[in-house]
Amino acid sequence: MAEVLVYVDHVDGAVRRPTLELLTLARRIGEPVAVALGSNAEKTASTLAGHGALRVLTHEASEYADYLVVPKVDALQAAVEAVSPAAVLIPSSAEGKEIAARLALRIGSGIITDAVDVEAGDEGPVATQSVFAASFTTTSRVSKGTPVITVKPNSAAVEAAPAVGAVEALNVSFSDQTTGTKVTSRTPRESTGRPELTEAAIVVSGGRGVNGVENFAIIEALADSLGAAVGASRAAVDAGWYPHTNQVGQTGKSVSPQLYIASGISGAIQHRAGMQTSKTIVAINKDAEAPIFELADYGVVGDLFDVVPALTEEVKTRKG
Amino acid sequence: MSQDFDLYRPSEEHNMLRDAIRSLAEAKIAPYAAAIDEEARFPQEALDALVANDLHAVHVPEEYGGAGADALATVIVIEEVARVCVSSSLIPAVNKLGSLPVILSGSEELKKKYMTPLAQGEGMFSYCLSEPDAGSDAAGMKTKAVRDGEDWILDGVKRWITNAGVSDYYTVMAVTDPTKRSKGISAFVVEKSDEGVSFGAPEKKLGIKGSPTREVYLDNVRIPADRMIGKEGTGFATAMQTLDHTRITIAAQALGVAQGALDYAKGYVQERKQFGKPIADFQGIQFMLADMAMKISAARALTYQAAAASERGDKDLTFQGAAAKCFASDVAMEVTTDAVQLLGGYGYTRDYPVERMMRDAKITQIYEGTNQVQRIVMARNLP
Amino acid sequence: MKYVPDATGDRHFADDLTVDRDDVDGLLSELDEYAVEQALQISENTGDDVEITALTIGPENAKDALRKALSMGADKAVHVEDDDLHGTDAIGTSLVLAKAIEKAGYDLVVSGMASTDGTMGVVPALVAERLGVPQVTLLSEVSVEDGTVKGRRDGDTATEYLEAQLPAIVSVTDQSGEARYPSFKGIMAAKKKPVISWDLSDLDIDAKEIGLEQAHTSVESAAQRPARATGTVVKDEGEGGKQLAEFLASQKFI
Repeated sequence: MAEVLVYVDHVDGAVRRPTLELLTLARRIGEPVAVALGSNAEKTASTLAGHGALRVLTHEASEYADYLVVPKVDALQAAVEAVSPAAVLIPSSAEGKEIAARLALRIGSGIITDAVDVEAGDEGPVATQSVFAASFTTTSRVSKGTPVITVKPNSAAVEAAPAVGAVEALNVSFSDQTTGTKVTSRTPRESTGRPELTEAAIVVSGGRGVNGVENFAIIEALADSLGAAVGASRAAVDAGWYPHTNQVGQTGKSVSPQLYIASGISGAIQHRAGMQTSKTIVAINKDAEAPIFELADYGVVGDLFDVVPALTEEVKTRKG
Repeated sequence: MSQDFDLYRPSEEHNMLRDAIRSLAEAKIAPYAAAIDEEARFPQEALDALVANDLHAVHVPEEYGGAGADALATVIVIEEVARVCVSSSLIPAVNKLGSLPVILSGSEELKKKYMTPLAQGEGMFSYCLSEPDAGSDAAGMKTKAVRDGEDWILDGVKRWITNAGVSDYYTVMAVTDPTKRSKGISAFVVEKSDEGVSFGAPEKKLGIKGSPTREVYLDNVRIPADRMIGKEGTGFATAMQTLDHTRITIAAQALGVAQGALDYAKGYVQERKQFGKPIADFQGIQFMLADMAMKISAARALTYQAAAASERGDKDLTFQGAAAKCFASDVAMEVTTDAVQLLGGYGYTRDYPVERMMRDAKITQIYEGTNQVQRIVMARNLP
Repeated sequence: MKYVPDATGDRHFADDLTVDRDDVDGLLSELDEYAVEQALQISENTGDDVEITALTIGPENAKDALRKALSMGADKAVHVEDDDLHGTDAIGTSLVLAKAIEKAGYDLVVSGMASTDGTMGVVPALVAERLGVPQVTLLSEVSVEDGTVKGRRDGDTATEYLEAQLPAIVSVTDQSGEARYPSFKGIMAAKKKPVISWDLSDLDIDAKEIGLEQAHTSVESAAQRPARATGTVVKDEGEGGKQLAEFLASQKFI
C-alpha cells in the first residue's frame, strides 16, 4: 500500500489534535508515515503510533526553532524524496499552509489548502473544500505531482488505531534559504487551560451584547462548564473586551467545531464567515430579528445575562 | 457614444474623495451619531477624525497649509458627513462659513494669521451675523464697533451661533456707522480668548442637537484694528458674498441627510415583511422610494452645478446658490419625513436613525437664510 | 534609492466560485490597505529616500486598487494584466508576481494577509521561495533599520520576533495598524503619478505556464450547500437556560 506523509504539529513532543485527525484521513488513502521535527520530536512517537502511524520520521536540529518555516520545508522535501508518498497531509495552520505551499512549489506539485475532508479516489486523493461565503462545497484533486493537501481542524474524528510507529531518523541537509529569517525570541502563548480555538470541539463566543470586559467572565464560565474554547466577535475585540487571538470571523479565526454557541452576537456576515460551517449552532440574543437566528439550530431570544448563567448552572448540574 | 464625455459627472478624484470620506464617516462618525443627539453633546470623535484626516476645513487654500480643495470637493465632504450625522457636518460647513469672509476680503496678514491654524486643526471658525432682533433682516443688527485709538471696541449680542464656545475664532459683523444701514457694517475677527467674550446657554433644539448653538456676548471687547476684515463699511457686502458660496454647503448637508435617509429606508423595506412579503414588493412603497430618489437626484444636480459656479465665480452664482439651498432643503425635509413613514412605528422611535434625520433636516430650511429669504434672493436675481 | 514594491490584491477567478465579498470591482481589499500603510510607515521612518511601488495583477478595474494606493502615498504603480491570466492558481500567481517584482526592482516587498481561510495566505511564502529571499510573514508589527527587517508574528502557540536581511518578502496582518484614509491632497497628487502596465510577454512568461490549463489542481464537482434551515427559536421567559440545556443534552453535548 502507498505511504502518506503526515506532518506533525507538536509542541515539545505534545502532538496537537489536528495532526491526529490527519492520521485518520491518511489511513483512508494509504499507510501514514509521520514526520516530526524539532525539540523532543521522538516523544511524539507513541501518540502517533496509537493513532495509526506506521513509521515516524524524526529530525532534531536547532534550525527548526531558530529559523522560520524553511527548515521544515527542507525536511519535508527530504521526506518526500525518501518515501515517494501518495500524498502529503499538513494541518491548515498559518505556518502549515506556508510550509505546504513552498513544498508543493519545490516538488512541482499542486496544492489544495483548507480541505475539510479527504477521500481516496481512482486518480488520487480527493479533497473537499467549503468555499468561503460557504454557499458551495467543491471536491478537487491535485493533477500534477504528489498531492500536497492542508486540512482544517475538526475535519475528521480522532480515532485510536494502534500501529507500529517505528521511529526512524530523517536525513536532512538544510538549504541556503534555511537561515533567511531568524527567530530572535519566542514567547509561548500562555495556556489558559482551555482548548485552542480553531481545534476545539465546542466554542462559546461573546459579542457586542456582552457589553464589557468584566462581563466576559460569564462567557468563560459557560465555556469552562463545557470544556470549550472562548471566542469573541470583532465588535467585542475592537472594544477591547477580549484579545484578538480569540476573534472569530472574516479578519479573525475560522472555526468549525461540533458546537458553536453565540451569545450577544448579531451574526453579521463578518462573523458568520468565521463560524457558519459549525456542525451545530446555538444563538442567544435579545433581538429576535438578529441574523444569527437564521443560522441557528437552536436559538433563545433573551438577555444573555439571564440565559447564559442559567445554562451554565444546568450544564454543571447535569454533568454532576 | 463615448466614455470620455466628462460633462455632468464629477471627476475620478471627486469620486475617490467621496469613497474615502464615506469610509471614514461610517467608521468614525456614524457610530456616535445617535449618542451625540441623545446626549446633546459636541461630536468630539467626529472632530478628531476629521482633523486627523485633514477633512475639517478642506477649502483652506494651499498657501496657508490647507488642502486647497475646490467647492465641489468641499460639498462632497459635507454631504458624506451629513449622510451619517448632520450635527458633525456642521464642523466643515461652519469652518467654511466662518473663514470665508477672511479669505474673500481679509488682508494677507489676516489670512496668514488665521487660516494657518484653521488648516492645522488648531482652531475652529464660527460666524456671527444674526442677533436676537435681526434674523432675516440681518442689516438691522445692533452690535456696534466703536474706534478707540488703535483698537475697536465691540459690544452687543449675537444669536444662533453654531459651535459657539468650541470655536477659537469668530467672524463678527458689527455696526461701525449707525447712520448707514448695510454700508455701515464692518466685519471683524474676534477670538474666544479676547476679554469680554462670553457665551450663553446652549439652545435646546429640535435637531442638530450635537451642534452647540449659543448666544455670543460681546461686552466691550477690545480688539486691534488689524482684526478688521476688509475696509470699513464693507462687512455686509462680504457677508452677502460669503453666503453666495456657503448656501451651497447647506444644500450639501440637506443632500447628505436625504441620501442617508433614503439609503436606510431602502434597506429596511427589503427586510420588513408584512402580508407574507417584504414591503419593498408593494407598489405604494416603490413609488415613494422612486419619488425620494428622483428628488435627491435633482437636488444633487442643482447643488453640484452651484458648486461648480461657486468655484468659477459665475455671474449667476447668487441665484444658483439660493436655488440649490432652497430646493435641496425642501427635498431633505420631504425625503426624511417619507423615510420615517416607510419605517412606520419603528421609524418614530429613537431606536432607528430616521426620526433624527427628519429632525435634523428641518434646520436646513431655516438657517443661512430661510427658504423665504432664498426666494427673495432668487426673485431679485432671476437668470 | 530603495524600492519598496507592495504586492496588492491579485485577483483570480475560478469558474465555480462566487466572488469574494472583499474583492468587488477591483477595490483595494481591506487587508491590502494594511500593507500599503506599513510600507508608508517604513518609508516615513527611514531617513533615506524610499520609493514605494504598488503592484497588482488583475483586469482593467484593478487599476482602482492602484489609484487608491497612490492616493494613500505610494509613488508609482505597476499593473499586470493579461487575458491569459484568467483562472491562475496560487502557484501560477506567485510566478507572475515574482517576475513582476524582479522587473520592478526591490529591497522589500510588503503584502497583505488574507484571512487564515484563503489560499491567498500562501502567496507571499511562494514568492519568497521563487525569489530565494527570506519570508517574514504574518506580522502584526514591522520595522526596517539598516538593511534589516524586523517584525512580530503572533502565531497560534507562540509569539515570535523575527529578523531578516533585505531583500525580503514581508506580509502584515490587520493587527499591524489602522490604514490611513486618502487625503484630498493625496488624491489630487495621485493623478500625476505613473501607472505602468505590463502583460505576460513583458514578464517573459509563456501563457502555458499559467492560467486555467496549467493549474496543478482540478475541480471535480461543485455543489451548492443547502441553506441552513432555521431551527427552533424560543423566547426566554425564565426557562431559556433550561431549554437550551435540554437541546444540548438531546444532541449529546452534555
